[in-house]
Amino acid sequence: MNNTDLTVDICGIKLKNPVIAASGTFGFGREHSDYVDLNKIGGISVKGLTLNPREGNKPPRVAETPAGMLNSVGLQNPGVRYFIENEIQFLRQFSTAIIANIAGNTIEEYCEMAEILSDADIDAIELNVSCPNVKAGCVAFGNTPEGIADITSQVRKHCRKPLIVKLTPNVTSISDIAAAAEDAGADALSLINTLLGMAIDIEARRPILANNTGGLSGPAVKPVAVRMVYEVYRTVKIPIIGMGGISTGNDAVEFLLAGASAVMVGTACLVYPDACIKVCEGIEQYMKRHGFCRVADITGKLMLNT
Amino acid sequence: MSKLLKEVITRVERATDSIFRITVASEYISANAAPGQFVNIKCCDGAQALLRRPISICSVDRSKGEFDLYFQVKGAGTEILAGKKRGDTLDILGPLGRGFDLDIGYRRIAAVGGGIGIFPLLFLLDESKAVVKRSYLGFRSSGQVLLLEEFGERSTSLETATEDGSFGSKGFVTDLLERDIISEEFDMIYACGPYPMLRKISEIAGKHGARCQISMEQRMGCGFGACLTCACMTYTDDGSRHYVRVCSDGPVFNSEDVVFE
Repeated sequence: MNNTDLTVDICGIKLKNPVIAASGTFGFGREHSDYVDLNKIGGISVKGLTLNPREGNKPPRVAETPAGMLNSVGLQNPGVRYFIENEIQFLRQFSTAIIANIAGNTIEEYCEMAEILSDADIDAIELNVSCPNVKAGCVAFGNTPEGIADITSQVRKHCRKPLIVKLTPNVTSISDIAAAAEDAGADALSLINTLLGMAIDIEARRPILANNTGGLSGPAVKPVAVRMVYEVYRTVKIPIIGMGGISTGNDAVEFLLAGASAVMVGTACLVYPDACIKVCEGIEQYMKRHGFCRVADITGKLMLNT
Repeated sequence: MSKLLKEVITRVERATDSIFRITVASEYISANAAPGQFVNIKCCDGAQALLRRPISICSVDRSKGEFDLYFQVKGAGTEILAGKKRGDTLDILGPLGRGFDLDIGYRRIAAVGGGIGIFPLLFLLDESKAVVKRSYLGFRSSGQVLLLEEFGERSTSLETATEDGSFGSKGFVTDLLERDIISEEFDMIYACGPYPMLRKISEIAGKHGARCQISMEQRMGCGFGACLTCACMTYTDDGSRHYVRVCSDGPVFNSEDVVFE
């Protein structure tokens, strides 16, 4: 097989390849552009935006843990209007999809941001209803089927872009949450956000993070994430963007087999600025090795043991 | 501009009980690094010691195309690094960060270092064109004292202090600076060391209206400005406070800009 087609279509968003930089690990692309050609990345989900600028949490905001890391940045960002006026133009120099990740304290804030961004030159909106690091709102919307249905349906009325709802793993049944988001009008789902965790400095007898708890990411969370993608794929019809600890093409293929149509690479982008490109090359090699012509041919091709 | 590099180690040496010296051959970094900048090292492939370890550049030999790193073994990553051998390859991102401002007009400078914070000051003294260079180094105890000869060669004067008085004068290095700050009329004070030391130096400089640059430390994620984890609270021109990034807006800041919390 010589003709491997890496393009994917996620609810109308055309991606040149299935690898997207995950929100919060890629800023607005400027820093990574020193190391990688952003034209080679399928898409970029930008740093989580809020209606007004946010300072974020006190440092320390990061702690390394076995095969992973905890973060509690707390959505430090310059606000949605700054993003539109100062960052989109930079990103548009490159042929990569722009996904605006948004978070808010109230449903009204989400709706207002969706309204503003629907008139901006972006390709999709990703609803962050699962940030574990901010006290008010946000996480509260994402952890019950009722909560996610409510926010998704209301934002849907204001959103004239493809709407991706990002799911938190910190729930009892991810498939119930996923089904509620689908029924309420989500065009696609992305999962998983970080797992709530804690690391303790035993000498000081204090948590390492100033915020005490933070979100766990990196290779450590991958098996949990793959299982959740697998469960959600069996429940919903809309496309799934899988993420959680992907750092190689083989990691990404696990998510595709479990049911993802595309993947996001997060923590690996912090360690290797070119991680997205390496992941993409790995997917392509797998496709050649197994004779897959299109990425969509891999999605959900998991064969369960009986 | 920083680059993702694979470079070869030419020397690994134990400097004290817990501090190691690694010399790395790198044309790019030795040609482009500035004092106060750092490199971010992936200590091993894969998920172990997942994040890169930021280590400041201690000195650069431009003719040989080499640079030196000194680091303390503190955890999994630095332990792996200490076990490297001559000839091993190092996965490096660098040079990173905004280093010290070495204006030609700074004729009289002080370099104040505490513990493992002394290392970037060696590179600074090498590159500074100042006429008077007074170095003040502080350590916990005599067992931690190192690089005195190297600092001596690059300074017009060198004084040390240890907390327990086992080497040099007893007390803190900040006491030495405070003693000299009026009489020496420094054009610039450069400092790197633990947080309480930098806070004290910032206070002393502020009290005497002296100009001072400090190199801050914070737990980092990426080291190149993308993840926003290494936050440092600073004052902006309008007096408001904002978090900036230690890795890319710093690590060197004017001491009057940093909000010590």
